[in-house]
Amino acid sequence: MEGKAAKTGRRALEGITVLEWAQRVAGPFCGRLLADMGAEVVKVEPPDGDASRRHGPFLNSAPDPETSALFLYVNANKMSVTLDPTTPRGAELFRRLAATSDILIEDRQPGEMQSLGLDYQSLRQANAGLVYASITPFGQTGPYAGYRAYDLNIFCAGGEANALPGSLSNQLFPGREPVRAGEGLADYDAAMTASVAIVSALLARDLSGAGQHLDISRQDAAMALTRETIQRYTGYGEVVTRDRAYFLGGIFQCRDGYVALFPREDRHWLSLCEVMGRDDLSRDERFSDLEGRSTHKDILNAALQEWVEDKPMMEVYEKASDGGCPAGYYATAAEVAASAQMASRGFFVELEHPRAGRLSYPTSPYNMSETMPSTEQAAPLLGEHNAEVFGRRLGLAAEEMNELRRGGVI
Amino acid sequence: MNASPARPSKQAGIAPLAGVRVLDLTWALAGPYGSLHLALLGAEVIKVETITALDAMRRGIYALSADHERSPTFNSINLNKLGLRLNLKHSEGLALFKELASISDVVVENFRPGVLQRMGLGYDILRELNPTIIVASSSAFGATGPESRRPGYANIFNAVSGLGHLTGYADGPPTEMRDSIDLRVGASLAYAVLTALFHRRRTGQGQRIDLSSVEAIVSLVGHTVVGYGMTGEASRRQGNADSVMAPHGIYRCQDDASDGPRHADTWVSIAVDGDAEFKALCRAIGASEMAAEPRYGDAALRKRHEHELDDKVRDWTAQRTPREVTKTLQGVGVAAFPVMSTKDLVHDPHTKARGTWRTVTHPTVGRQTVQGLAWKSSDGMEQAMRHGPLLGQDNDYILGGVLGVPREKIQRMTDDGVFQ
Repeated sequence: MEGKAAKTGRRALEGITVLEWAQRVAGPFCGRLLADMGAEVVKVEPPDGDASRRHGPFLNSAPDPETSALFLYVNANKMSVTLDPTTPRGAELFRRLAATSDILIEDRQPGEMQSLGLDYQSLRQANAGLVYASITPFGQTGPYAGYRAYDLNIFCAGGEANALPGSLSNQLFPGREPVRAGEGLADYDAAMTASVAIVSALLARDLSGAGQHLDISRQDAAMALTRETIQRYTGYGEVVTRDRAYFLGGIFQCRDGYVALFPREDRHWLSLCEVMGRDDLSRDERFSDLEGRSTHKDILNAALQEWVEDKPMMEVYEKASDGGCPAGYYATAAEVAASAQMASRGFFVELEHPRAGRLSYPTSPYNMSETMPSTEQAAPLLGEHNAEVFGRRLGLAAEEMNELRRGGVI
Repeated sequence: MNASPARPSKQAGIAPLAGVRVLDLTWALAGPYGSLHLALLGAEVIKVETITALDAMRRGIYALSADHERSPTFNSINLNKLGLRLNLKHSEGLALFKELASISDVVVENFRPGVLQRMGLGYDILRELNPTIIVASSSAFGATGPESRRPGYANIFNAVSGLGHLTGYADGPPTEMRDSIDLRVGASLAYAVLTALFHRRRTGQGQRIDLSSVEAIVSLVGHTVVGYGMTGEASRRQGNADSVMAPHGIYRCQDDASDGPRHADTWVSIAVDGDAEFKALCRAIGASEMAAEPRYGDAALRKRHEHELDDKVRDWTAQRTPREVTKTLQGVGVAAFPVMSTKDLVHDPHTKARGTWRTVTHPTVGRQTVQGLAWKSSDGMEQAMRHGPLLGQDNDYILGGVLGVPREKIQRMTDDGVFQ
């Protein structure tokens, strides 16, 4: 497959216009998800740019707002305009852009958009169909609505950090602090939630004709993903912590890395015993069902560790999974980038950027037979589309734009 | 779209998926969380199971009892779905499924690639029965490619995506993650299906969706792949440290006496970005002189001397509860929040004020506290909740009401094992 760099047909959100006034990852990655589905996304940046432009790594390790890997990834496929909506003239231009958009994504503290006259109630006057998505740390309501939070705080607020790292780390370093996952995972999670909410609101608009205000709390988005461990508390009073006991399988250390083995069902277990050459284990009555294997998981985990210890990671992965046991290898970004499986599905595209050069980007994880998502454009330069958006879409004259530029509005 | 039966509606606004019927063959967590979205948005989701092919969440460690109706995991992830007991290995069971497919809008499944075809329900067959159908498949590695047939669960997706490598102590091993990874995959699946429904409303066109769970998780660490291409170096786990912000960490606190003994497992997260936030932090922890020290004069310098700053912060948090730290620091505009346990979350005034916890009454479990959609909306798009389905609880409605199979025939089919 060629990769999802070029449109192969009509995309699902073709014709939908999005105004994005959001920084870092939660709002912008939501914009990217919509853009890959075919929406036209205009990203509004403050005159000094989105904060993620200051986040490394950068090309040649030289800080440059145009070559932040994080910014480039979450903002591919968009247009960028610079605008300061906190000035009266800036707010007026913002209002005009919102009047012709289907979706607005904003991530300001609750109350701030209202003070600028740019809240949902104000903007819907000129655009009844507007879907207005507010993404904030703790939502628009409740005692913590005014709290500040970065990804780390949200990951802790969602409940998942309390149970991480767990398993092998916890055995090696008992009593150490909890950890967050990934590099900003909770922000990406909020982006995903916001995208699902927005498309749901578009489907509702089909039936009602009206838009709505979506209150996306990053804490709510994180808690939604912890619902199964929360359920263990509300259902059984069990508080899952870093001491949690997992079922048989998990993480094992090989000669040159780590593997995940997860022989859940009988057939998985039997296949793994065969690959390991351990007839004694597959014949042992104690391990013949899920319950028995759970009871004796310490013996069995030790047998798995012994088997993998002196072997290369990829050999264990291939042998176990070819045999039919769920298995994985703990990949670095280098190994992800080299995955023949992902490449064969067109998951990576190469995009040319005037400052960052030609780079490979992950795209959408779903292949769709009629509305294949695509990522055609690298991220925009700061204000790259000022002329196109203010000129073409809003019809400002060149002289007027110069004046706004001089006034620091754009 | 097809008519759906009247559904209890309480304070709910317009249901985005009113009139949409979904045949749900998913099991475990990822697929059912995807279809949970559809059910809460008002689609009629029919979950198909049999006693010989029970959802994995009804069994083993997840069920926590021998009664397959009592699993809290199953019941919370399958809210608002109808329960159809149907044996797809029986030719008449398969025929009934096909009849339903011809009057449904979406079929969603997460078997290993190839299984649906072997059951005689591949996309080509379903499309012949129903030209506008959307068939959404979620698998470990995707339905195509050299590794497509390999099996996988959440912890496999976490490992192969690179997320596991990025998570953990700098001097420790990668980190295993399970259930929440499946839910992330499920959310991605829901997004793809919703966009396909949006397209279908415009064009009348159905389609096939093929989701790779591993890729769904890669997309949540995608910037590290771009960063690798740019620098030739793969980023690695660094505990709670950030590449720009310092202090940025999780610090030990004093136990909160009002909460009972926590065995010194109480923590608070603090993240500081920029000079103004750093100055506010210094004042709040009684170290104003630190704010003026040249060695902490900008973000790069603070990052360089991160361990000194961490020690200062830790000395201060150790004398306070997470709530005290949070209140003090939020009061001066510094991002701080406790590491919440699941118990903390359920009893927290903020989550309660936002109506996070909903109660449903399950016929065998009784009252169950659950969560709905992950967002709030001014138009209340979430529909009233019904408990997770008992095995086969809606057979009469679906077979008799939807398909119009006569009662005698249902009886005869029951005797023949069509629902076994």
